[in-house]
Amino acid sequence: MKKAIVSIAFGLTASLIASGASAQATLNGVKQKGFVQCGSNPGLAGFGVPDAQGNWTGFDVDFCRAMAAAIFDDPTKVRFIPLTAKDRFTALQSGEVDVLARNSTVTMSRDTQLGLEFPAINYFDGQGFMVRKSLGVSSAKELNGASVCTQQGTTTELNLADYFRANNMKYEVVAFATADETFKAYDAGRCDAFTTDASGLYAERLKASNVEDHIVLPEIISKEPLAIATRQGDAQWSDIVRWTHNAMLNAEELGITKANVDQMKGSENPEVKRLLGTEGKYGEAVGLPNDWAYRIVKHVGNYGEVFEKNIGEGSRLKIKRGQNALWTKGGLQYGIPVR
Amino acid sequence: MSSSVETPVFIQTKSHEALPPPNLARGPIAWMRENLFPSIPNTILTLVVFYLLYVAIPPLVKFLFIDAVWTGTDRDACRAETAGHPVGACWAFVWDKINYFIYGSYPITERWRVDVWFVLLAIGVVWLLWLKAPRRDVGAVYFFIVFPVLSFILLLGSDWVGLDHVPTGLWGGILVTLIVATVGIVFSLPFGILLALGRRSRLPIIRMASVIFIEFVRGVPLITVLIMANTMLPLFLPGDITIDRLARPLVGVALFASAYMAEVVRGGLQAMPKGQYEGAMSLGLKYWQMMVFIILPQALRIVIPGIVNTFIGLFKDTSLVAIVGIFDLVKTIEASRIDPSWSAPTIGYTGYAFAAFFYFIFCWGMSRYSLGVERRLAAGQNR
Repeated sequence: MKKAIVSIAFGLTASLIASGASAQATLNGVKQKGFVQCGSNPGLAGFGVPDAQGNWTGFDVDFCRAMAAAIFDDPTKVRFIPLTAKDRFTALQSGEVDVLARNSTVTMSRDTQLGLEFPAINYFDGQGFMVRKSLGVSSAKELNGASVCTQQGTTTELNLADYFRANNMKYEVVAFATADETFKAYDAGRCDAFTTDASGLYAERLKASNVEDHIVLPEIISKEPLAIATRQGDAQWSDIVRWTHNAMLNAEELGITKANVDQMKGSENPEVKRLLGTEGKYGEAVGLPNDWAYRIVKHVGNYGEVFEKNIGEGSRLKIKRGQNALWTKGGLQYGIPVR
Repeated sequence: MSSSVETPVFIQTKSHEALPPPNLARGPIAWMRENLFPSIPNTILTLVVFYLLYVAIPPLVKFLFIDAVWTGTDRDACRAETAGHPVGACWAFVWDKINYFIYGSYPITERWRVDVWFVLLAIGVVWLLWLKAPRRDVGAVYFFIVFPVLSFILLLGSDWVGLDHVPTGLWGGILVTLIVATVGIVFSLPFGILLALGRRSRLPIIRMASVIFIEFVRGVPLITVLIMANTMLPLFLPGDITIDRLARPLVGVALFASAYMAEVVRGGLQAMPKGQYEGAMSLGLKYWQMMVFIILPQALRIVIPGIVNTFIGLFKDTSLVAIVGIFDLVKTIEASRIDPSWSAPTIGYTGYAFAAFFYFIFCWGMSRYSLGVERRLAAGQNR
């Protein structure tokens, strides 16, 4: 009996999700509302934080602004709904948000079982280590016998175990309930190394009582592709997400920046012409005006600019491009050609 | 023989001034002996308390005031290695973010509306609570009917008064904390009284409904109610119906507080002697007349400490809405303290100290006020 009720409840939920997803043309809804409803992180340094006036800023936030720029030619036509890790996918499934830009790792199960799509990976993250300089360690491979501070019950803890076992090294794990406590303990000298996602390492490092005493080791021991998510079943809307990301990558590759985009509009380079909409009708195919990419770069900037401003050298986090460099510079960010 | 007895001249006609008691029976030493060290166990207790105060107070004062940083524009001001001295609380951070803590993301050009709302709220509270205020009956109408409507129009905006629409997603900080607390308090008292009366009613359906509601709501934690409202509810509703993200926890908090209030009020109703009910009925009063004029005024007075206790608990519980992603004061502090331009070791502590200060002021105010009311209402019994 109980089973029957549960299965009915799940069936209902699933059918509701399905009916939500079959509501085609998110784009039309967005145009009607006059803004993009964007699920964002309730607070992650560099990716989504409110400034002193309460305006959302950050790397993921700028992605939503880029979408608003492409659709409305106005990056402010976006509303952010800060979502916790628990309710982020529900909010997307139920149609409460149109797009989820909230450092969500894409995995096979999430892609196939949640009724979601992950059209664009805007940041390649992975787990890393931070140690004190005085330890004299320059690679994670030298951490044999170290004590490592980590957060309880996270995939971080599991990755850590895998890595040390695979490399046949001994370690002692010191686990804490919250990220805060974990870093405090490391800072107080409870353990030799601190581990979390690399992007988080840089943010936590700033809280250290003496920032210069700590270094982030080069090894990345796990794959955390952080992607923008949309509902399954609206191909057009997913295309807009995918091509917003690609436009930003291509703009960087072609050297188009916020500052020179107007000049570049007169360029004779056919690739630039196609991207900025002076040639061809590529925007129309996804329901956008043909100068969609021009709008994105004009209002928000290319991928590199957004990266540097929010999390790179132009910010306090000073995260290196690493895997997020363009493919031409040895990274993984590969802009699919517009043609 | 002489019959006249002369008063002997050496006898004093008035008594001598009493000598002061010995020094050991008065003055600070005596007070201490009587109050701090009257017996060996009490002496030990006193010493332990003094030791604890000695351990706790000086570092706290040092952290909050002496080592505190009062001015600065970014994290450099609050880091020991750049400031050049040990750094305690970083009040510069709170000062820099204060607008965010008060208004959340409310649009800057529209923030005067929130200020007006704070004033309206203060007027309502003072009018209702200050016992010498004129026309307190009008005050009640204002607070329970006019004020909610005004708040709705003012904060959310409305086309026909020319105020721009401000979605609730932009509300935050102290504004949201006060809204959640006010809604909880304003709704819970009348609903709680109705539920309590319903639970003691002789009509079976009303009684059963009240009992089921109260026991069900009291049987689940507030966090469950909030997560249910914010995570599960959207899945059960058809795609084109969405209930406002702020309204959901507001309803949850109001229902939750009502159930607790009902039990407090029921305690008061049960404490009333049966003679009061019988007396009222023998006067020919109808049920509602009996309740409104005889029973409730006395019953509510008995449970004032319980009511205020519920209010204080509710006021602090409002911070739980942070869990479902509503940006109340605590959540705005949590979001701000991860700002890289302010990251320093003591930022988190400073933010939470500010929150503690805010909550303490309000809760302490409520508890003092209730003490005053109790004393005034008890005056009749002390005669």
